[in-house]
Amino acid sequence: MADTKTVEPEIGFAERSWNWLTETQLWKSIFRHGRPTNDRNRVLVMLTNVFLHLHPVRLRKSGVRLRYTWCMGGLSFFLFLVLTFTGLLLMFYYRPTLEYAYADIVGLREHVPLGIMREMHRWGAHAMVITVWLHMFRVFMTGSYKPPREFNWTVGVIMLVLTLLLSFTGYLLPWDQLAIWAITVGSNMARATPFLGHEGPGAALLRLGDVPLIHAADDARFALLGGTFVGEGALLRFYVLHCVGLPLVIGVLMAVHFWRVRKDGGISGPL
Amino acid sequence: MSFIKTFINFFADPRLFFPMAVAALGLLIWKRRAVATTRFGWGLMGFLTLFFLFGATDANFRLIITKPDNVPIVGLMFLLVFFTWYALHHAVMNDERRAQGKPPLEKDEEDRVWVWPDLVYTELISLILCSVVLIVWSIFLKAPLEQPANRSLTPNPSKAPWYFLGLQEMLVYFDPWLAGVVLPSLIIVGLMAIPYIDTNPKGNGYFTFSERKAEITIFLFGFAVLWSSLIVLGTFLRGPNWTFFGPFEYWDIHKLVPLTNVNLSEYIWVRAFQSGLPKNWLVRESFGIVLVLAYVFVLPGLLARTWLKVYYEKMGPPRYYVAVFLFLMMLSLPVKMLLRWIFNLKYIVAIGEFFFNV
Repeated sequence: MADTKTVEPEIGFAERSWNWLTETQLWKSIFRHGRPTNDRNRVLVMLTNVFLHLHPVRLRKSGVRLRYTWCMGGLSFFLFLVLTFTGLLLMFYYRPTLEYAYADIVGLREHVPLGIMREMHRWGAHAMVITVWLHMFRVFMTGSYKPPREFNWTVGVIMLVLTLLLSFTGYLLPWDQLAIWAITVGSNMARATPFLGHEGPGAALLRLGDVPLIHAADDARFALLGGTFVGEGALLRFYVLHCVGLPLVIGVLMAVHFWRVRKDGGISGPL
Repeated sequence: MSFIKTFINFFADPRLFFPMAVAALGLLIWKRRAVATTRFGWGLMGFLTLFFLFGATDANFRLIITKPDNVPIVGLMFLLVFFTWYALHHAVMNDERRAQGKPPLEKDEEDRVWVWPDLVYTELISLILCSVVLIVWSIFLKAPLEQPANRSLTPNPSKAPWYFLGLQEMLVYFDPWLAGVVLPSLIIVGLMAIPYIDTNPKGNGYFTFSERKAEITIFLFGFAVLWSSLIVLGTFLRGPNWTFFGPFEYWDIHKLVPLTNVNLSEYIWVRAFQSGLPKNWLVRESFGIVLVLAYVFVLPGLLARTWLKVYYEKMGPPRYYVAVFLFLMMLSLPVKMLLRWIFNLKYIVAIGEFFFNV
């Protein structure tokens, strides 16, 4: 009898490994469904993954078109994540005190081979301001703030302000001439806050007899800087706000923002 | 070459630059059909690129645009021009579809697609591209680090971070309590109020211009003409002592600009009545106070009966008054600019006694 050969279809090494891997207990314990190649698994991949479940399972076609979304909201979020990560690394090297702050930045530049974390953090921050503006621009031009999404627009405006404040507080931390004078110019405005700044209109009216209640050492600017000039107190305050306070607040608002995008009917489109 | 540079320097002066920016916006909206064509878009971007290429040959211009923190603003200018054109392009396209009795393009794309793979892959590619841009940018451009902080050495000019330079530029026309506190707060409040003021139900979820003419025009005026061009002005064209310099002009610290600004009270009491300024501030500033109060409280009512009657009836009194108040506050900047340029007017109300200058 002549030998008969059974020819099995060729399976490459990569595919064999992949098939083996996706059958292991470890893999199956992490991903509770098969690869998203059929409709059932495309639903499951969204519903069983905590990160992906920010998304709906399906969405209108215009919502995936760059022409419509410009992707600016997503990029703002991505840049925020990049900034969180690079910022965390920078915190390992940086001490927010008058004697160390500048030296630590110099060290970061001079002693870290191929270091680009500070660059990524700074340019990422500038880029995030721009993407947030363009995101708002797109939302405005498509009328996406209109009912039922009014509230989410106002949340977005607050996050715009927080983005600018995050960038502003970070601007001081290198503690060079650029930093302190930019913050000096910016914070001098607070001196002129009506009633609450010592050079603001109405502040002179707030007095008990001859004692002024609002003066240089207790006005709005003082609260911002922790002193009467941009000094040690301001550096620490800006550092804490930059690394802890503002990111926490904007993080919470982001959760609200993304939640509301879903709850208000997903990405906007013609009614 | 130098002729072109002198020409551009001349037109970069805020007194010409602003009216031209307003005129450009008007033209953009009036001739939007022509502007929205792809050919015009390419031309616009090409023109901008050419301008920067040409500018880069000039030492003074190069000094400004290659300052590391100014690079994002160059990027912003390109992005802003592109996306303004892009939005208008789709708005006009949808408007034309509407004229033919068809729904907006976004309506045709209403059927649902799977988020995996259609959206997650788009997102992944965007993230990768964004990362690449950021990494390349970071490799080629070092983050700036100047001399250590020194409180006894004030740089000239001292500038706020670039995204606040619009506010710093407003200091030319308003005192800090307005330019730095009240007006920024009103910008934030005004932005938050937009969805509650704008009751036009049309244009929700798709690009359009013809269904939202007033809203888009006002927004573009505020965002593109006021906010963005003030930033460009504050960054590129303000040198030592916050003096104006053309883009191709050397930042000469000794450039003198005559400061001949006069308060309204001096115009009235000293020049018109030929008497000295009254001692009592209330009497002295009475004309200015009446003017400001009329601008804020009387003008909205007048407009409600005349030019803005349609809006008053459509929006109802509370919405109308809030909207017009915010709008007038936005207009107060160009109004003050014009008064400064034409009459050298410094303050309309100048009560130095309480730091209350308008």
